[in-house]
Amino acid sequence: MSLNLSNVPVYSVTQVNEYIRDLMDDDLLLQSILVRGEISNYKRYPSGHHYFSLKDGSGALRCVMFRGEALRLRFRPENGMGVVAFGHVSVFPRDGAYQLYVADMFPDGRGELDAAYERLRAKLEAEGLFDDGHKTPLPEYPHKIALVTSPAGAAVRDMIRILGERWPLSEVLVVPVRVQGDEAAGEIAAAIHNINNRADIDLIITGRGGGSMEDLWAFNEEEVARAIYLSNIPVISAVGHEPDVTIADYVADLRASTPSNAAELAVPDREGQEGRLEDLRYRLAMAVQSVLADSRRKLDRLKSGRALRSMTAPIQERRMLTDSLRRRLDAAMAGQMKDRRAALGRCAAGLDALSPLKVLGRGYAIARAGKNVVSSIGQAEIGDRLDVAVSDGVLSCEVKDKEERSWR
Amino acid sequence: MAVKKQTFEQAMGRLEEIVNKLEQGDCDLDQSLKLFEEGARLAAQCEKQLDEAEQKVSLLLEDGREIPFDREDG
Repeated sequence: MSLNLSNVPVYSVTQVNEYIRDLMDDDLLLQSILVRGEISNYKRYPSGHHYFSLKDGSGALRCVMFRGEALRLRFRPENGMGVVAFGHVSVFPRDGAYQLYVADMFPDGRGELDAAYERLRAKLEAEGLFDDGHKTPLPEYPHKIALVTSPAGAAVRDMIRILGERWPLSEVLVVPVRVQGDEAAGEIAAAIHNINNRADIDLIITGRGGGSMEDLWAFNEEEVARAIYLSNIPVISAVGHEPDVTIADYVADLRASTPSNAAELAVPDREGQEGRLEDLRYRLAMAVQSVLADSRRKLDRLKSGRALRSMTAPIQERRMLTDSLRRRLDAAMAGQMKDRRAALGRCAAGLDALSPLKVLGRGYAIARAGKNVVSSIGQAEIGDRLDVAVSDGVLSCEVKDKEERSWR
Repeated sequence: MAVKKQTFEQAMGRLEEIVNKLEQGDCDLDQSLKLFEEGARLAAQCEKQLDEAEQKVSLLLEDGREIPFDREDG
């Protein structure tokens, strides 16, 4: 006898797993939780993700730490190590198993600094100080950059050197502060605050060279985090070497891994800008060249009368229209030739090959009667004097004869 | 044409605008040549700024004065 299931709901495995996942994801405690335990079964996958369990005397909790988070770990986890992990608990539907998704982890009992760090991090994160929505975009071409750092030491000199090599157009103001010791956090916060009262700074870099967690501590202080958060001027954090992530790094509008890296991120690259400029210059020349070619074609068409052939106006009227158009074009061309010549000459270095005057170098000549360019035999009478411009000067000529010819 | 000296950013922005406009090809000859002239001037100006730029570094003193920063000794 088979069961009659027609009156009760039956769920798929996936539905059950998703239902449980939704329950867990809605739970406030599970969303953000610190778990103490001992690491076991630690595996690093080629993908960069880390899988392990946390155990205590009577149970185990499956854990996963994704590549991005694992890269930021400030120690190397080993089996048997006591740790405190921070993250959220959720279901992995494929296995129908729940696990802790670890965002950060530190050795248990390593000291108060770690705990203080984690407490502050969790608090400020909950307050929204790390939100992407609050981050201010960096200026593409900073005018004046304030370096809030120690005026001594390698960090400030590295930054100045790299800024100068990449983008000497940006001015640099060194705002000296202590970056270590009890006074450091207050000085850094005050400096960032004061810079915000100036009108000339449009980017702040604050940081120092690498060191121990104690050395870097000022950048883990709430005062500094809040000053960065409140700064209307974008702030790049530049603390220590790659694996050190400070609270300041989380709040900053951009995190650089080192002071040198901050300098690279702060300004455009001179070579890149030179390339962009070359590109624009070339496109400018090509564009004007094509406009000139178009105008020339239009003029030719008008001269041959082709453009007007389909019109039904009486011949006399058409001729008048043609003449008037031609006069206007001729006058425009002649005027422009003269007016623009100086300008074109100035650009000659870059644009020589593309310059309209270059045609003279190929053996073409421009004939003028007074101010007007002569493009038709109708514009000159026998005995008139014409100036004929060639590549290196002007020939004064006299019209001896006129003969109409078609070049087509 | 007396124009206030533009920043590199402004000059590049305007140059890009001019090139785009010219490439659209709907300006008349006179306008095109004027734009070309302005563009060429901007390009030269940007290049000059890059060539002549000299990094200026100063140190802020406690009393608010700014003095040149000595890069060698820090």
